[in-house]
Amino acid sequence: MLTRRIIPCLDVKDGRVVKGIRFRELRDAGDPATMAAEYMSEGADELVFLDIGASLGSRSTMLEWVSSVADMLFIPFTVGGGIVDESQARRIISLGADKVSLNTAAVRDPDLIRRCSSLLGSQAVVLAVDALRTGRGHWEVMVRAGTEPAGIDLLSWVRKACSLGCGEILLTSIDSDGTLEGYDTECIEAVAASVPVPVIASGGAGRNEHFLEAFRSGADAALAASVFHFGTVRICELKAELSSRGIPMRIEAGGAMNGL
Amino acid sequence: MIGLIDYGAGNIGNVGRALKRLGRESVVLDSPDDPCSGVLEALFLPGVGSFPSAMASLVSRGWSSFISEWVRMDRPLVGICLGMQILCEGSTEGGRSEGLGVFQGIVDKLSGTRKLPHVGWNILEWVVPFPGDMEPTPGLDCFYFVHSYGIPPARDTVATTTVDNACFTSVAKRGRTIGFQFHPERSGFRGLRLLSHTMEELGV
Repeated sequence: MLTRRIIPCLDVKDGRVVKGIRFRELRDAGDPATMAAEYMSEGADELVFLDIGASLGSRSTMLEWVSSVADMLFIPFTVGGGIVDESQARRIISLGADKVSLNTAAVRDPDLIRRCSSLLGSQAVVLAVDALRTGRGHWEVMVRAGTEPAGIDLLSWVRKACSLGCGEILLTSIDSDGTLEGYDTECIEAVAASVPVPVIASGGAGRNEHFLEAFRSGADAALAASVFHFGTVRICELKAELSSRGIPMRIEAGGAMNGL
Repeated sequence: MIGLIDYGAGNIGNVGRALKRLGRESVVLDSPDDPCSGVLEALFLPGVGSFPSAMASLVSRGWSSFISEWVRMDRPLVGICLGMQILCEGSTEGGRSEGLGVFQGIVDKLSGTRKLPHVGWNILEWVVPFPGDMEPTPGLDCFYFVHSYGIPPARDTVATTTVDNACFTSVAKRGRTIGFQFHPERSGFRGLRLLSHTMEELGV
């Protein structure tokens, strides 16, 4: 039985984790490797790091933190933000990341998905897509951190990305993101029904119930940032509750650190 | 010293990191001619990618004969993910290719699953007790998987895993060769504990 995954997302700028609300009022929150280890201890199944300074593309010297995270973290992690070519993707994987996520660059150059997946394997390529609702059952793809319409339909884009070899879809609803009022479950359902790969739901988590709704809508994993950073939702409590409500969850034994 | 076989199939750094966390020294080996090859206590064969290209790479770098001889001498060997599959008799991936033939069975594409690849945390059902690793756990005993092909349960199966209607070998053991279809090095503290028990079981 495959369990559903809980994925905290950390924003990184200049090699430090930053916390903020919708990219505003950013505060230094700590060292990526230390925070990664804390989330692993709390029971996170996987982590996603988004470099919001987009230094992944421009300043390769700023990537030492990826290797430091890998030294501390023994669960899978994805790194994204500003990756524009397959050599950057390969470098991030060689530093110890399990997956890279592609967003704006893949919209501009869809063949990037194929090049990355043939170089690194589909399992290492996550397509991050920011979706804006344009009507009932219709969403448009947004690029540049969700600020600019790409002029393409969400469902046709995710299908195309899968045919090019992406191994997972990280689906963020721009409408829900930052609201703390729940995931866009209709969007999750539509994407999950359209693609043969796992779907990670993102945007809108505010309380435990929202995660339950995402999984019942077909999400394989649910990602959140602020509720975990600010402690409104505790991962171990969340997983225990979801498990008791019939969602298969990985629950790691207490005292698992003994002897390690 | 533990040798990590590097044959160009995926990132092996994280296996070394996990061993380091357990206090075990490891060295990445490009070729069996590496001077370190003579002083190894155990070999790890990791791997991500496709079976035929991985096998071709092992053969061309001289690893296939080195590994076969290593196994014949019953020395400790751990295969992870594709590295475990390579230790089987063969695979149907990309046509039919031969493996190293330690574990019984032919690797085949998983059938009966809702989605492929099989990505995420799944449970093990132990078929044969694995010493030191059978303590009861309060929750689901999960490990991290990423694969589309698997080994049907056979002679050397120690644990199986099921996803939708597909059941495959998730742990195999033959003599002092152990294979994991999942990634113990990415399976949290539980995975590290399993790796630690594996080293004890292998007498390393």
